[in-house]
Amino acid sequence: MLPDHAKIMALLEDTKEVIGRKKLQKIVYIGKKLNLPFQEKYTFRMYGPYSEELTLRLEELCGLGLITECKETKSGYYQYRYELSEDGTSFLEKFPLDWPAERAKPVLQSLNSQSARFLELVSTMLYFDHLSKEAVEARVAELKKSQNYRPEEFEEGWEYIESLQNQ
Amino acid sequence: MTMPVGNKKLPEEKVFKDPVHRYIHISDELIWDLVGTKEFQRLRRVRQLGTTFLTFHGAEHTRFNHSLGVYEIMRRIIEVFEGRPHWNGDERLLCLSAALLHDIGHGPFSHSFEKVFNTDHEEWTRHIILGDTEVNTVLRRMGGDFPQQVADVIEKTHPNKLIVSMISSQIDADRMDYLQRDAFYTGVSYGHFDMERILRVMRPTEDQVVIKATGMHAVEDYIMSRYQMYWQVYFHPVTRSAEVILTKILQRVKDLKNEDYPFKYPPDHFESFFRGAITLEDYLDLDESVVMYYFLMWQKEEDAILQDLCRRFMNRRLFKYVEFDQHFMMNEWLRLQQLFADLGVDPAYYLVVDSSSDLPYDFYRPGEEEDRVPIHLLMPDRRLRELSRESDVVEAISGKKRTDHKLYYPSEVLEEPGQEDTKQQIKDILHLKLGKIER
Repeated sequence: MLPDHAKIMALLEDTKEVIGRKKLQKIVYIGKKLNLPFQEKYTFRMYGPYSEELTLRLEELCGLGLITECKETKSGYYQYRYELSEDGTSFLEKFPLDWPAERAKPVLQSLNSQSARFLELVSTMLYFDHLSKEAVEARVAELKKSQNYRPEEFEEGWEYIESLQNQ
Repeated sequence: MTMPVGNKKLPEEKVFKDPVHRYIHISDELIWDLVGTKEFQRLRRVRQLGTTFLTFHGAEHTRFNHSLGVYEIMRRIIEVFEGRPHWNGDERLLCLSAALLHDIGHGPFSHSFEKVFNTDHEEWTRHIILGDTEVNTVLRRMGGDFPQQVADVIEKTHPNKLIVSMISSQIDADRMDYLQRDAFYTGVSYGHFDMERILRVMRPTEDQVVIKATGMHAVEDYIMSRYQMYWQVYFHPVTRSAEVILTKILQRVKDLKNEDYPFKYPPDHFESFFRGAITLEDYLDLDESVVMYYFLMWQKEEDAILQDLCRRFMNRRLFKYVEFDQHFMMNEWLRLQQLFADLGVDPAYYLVVDSSSDLPYDFYRPGEEEDRVPIHLLMPDRRLRELSRESDVVEAISGKKRTDHKLYYPSEVLEEPGQEDTKQQIKDILHLKLGKIER
């Protein structure tokens, strides 16, 4: 429904642009865990929490011309750049969206400044936040062997989660 | 892994007659006892396709039938895998239990329900498997950590990715059952594919199920079935209309509760959902027969909106729709909302945009850089190739339009006498600007 589309557009307005589908997936998930009012349903997949609903919603927004998706080649691989379009900006100005702009903007900008690899780690740690700290690290290490996260990255992850929760 | 302590065979095999798979075979005491738990029996009272029975009258089948079907397909996949590299026979009961219980947390009309009450059936699946339930008691006979392992497979967080992919991937036991079962019960002619052939060409690898290249055409058929079922059944606009009304009923009840409205028929079974403090017992007590009872009674409520929405749902007086696309943008929609309000029709309940992303089904899409693991073909030289790179048929439908939006509204209010000018303006927006015919 349109309010949920508008929230993704508000995210792109706050961040100006997001580069990479994985990064966008993780930003929305972490935002949701920080009680930003995103509604997308997530399940656990290869790179951690993933929302099919968000993937489809991005396609819909592109189809409606409200956001742009640009496929770019960089160092032998490609990535997607998402931005709000002119029509999207105009749509958002008129849309009566209930959105905590003051709280959301610094959180989303901070998340967008991180690497996709780090956001994958943080989102996976948050996925298991019902477990103890040691159990979370064991589960992440078990499920993400190929990423080979170092102890200092886990430490950085915990600190970052704490800083986000205090914002 | 050692053989679980509670692994016993039944004295003789039990069978369920099934219209899709002919027979469902049970030889393990564990599986038989899980089927007999009250939490599994509850699935008889939760329809597999929610409101689809209002479009296809045969679609009255339940999560119970489907769960048994997924179990049966899993059992047959395991038969194919026995003795092959990467397959560990000790995981058999874990796979069968996960297949049988994968939908145990579904509630009544769960898609609409989850949206309004912010619940998650996957979370309830975990609670039912790990909590104080009959299911948990039966599973624990296999060892203390067995329930947790089953929950992890269903949640896709089990470290054995092969097992996870058998129940949840682009070609898994779950999808292969629901496509065939939904086609059978809706009576549509699409949705059929050669499952026997697919089962014969499935091969286990270290981290996923792959398909022998010689079975590509059977998989093409499966992908086409999925594509057709998506548009013809799962996305049917009439079903979506019923789903919109159902969601709005639940939304209205929630809003009335917040306003301390004096219900003639108080929603006692929903109380803990309003408070956001749902116990396992509350959750399990709410099935579709309970929800339908309330809808029946709320037709007699004083609140005009709740009464009207319930009458619409019970008597299949659904909303009409028009396509909502890029030619029908924000200005018109906001204006329509104002015009509906001018008529005294609350647009929050009677003017609804429904999008493809609001539905819990998806197409096959090649994985690219995303989280979805695509279907891989095992080539004669042992290399793996993504399906759409080998199949022209799959490549052709992979890039097709996969989204749409519809605007639902009660058309009959536009035909009643009075406020002709306002109604004409609404009709102009709905029919003329769009250049589309009202359905």
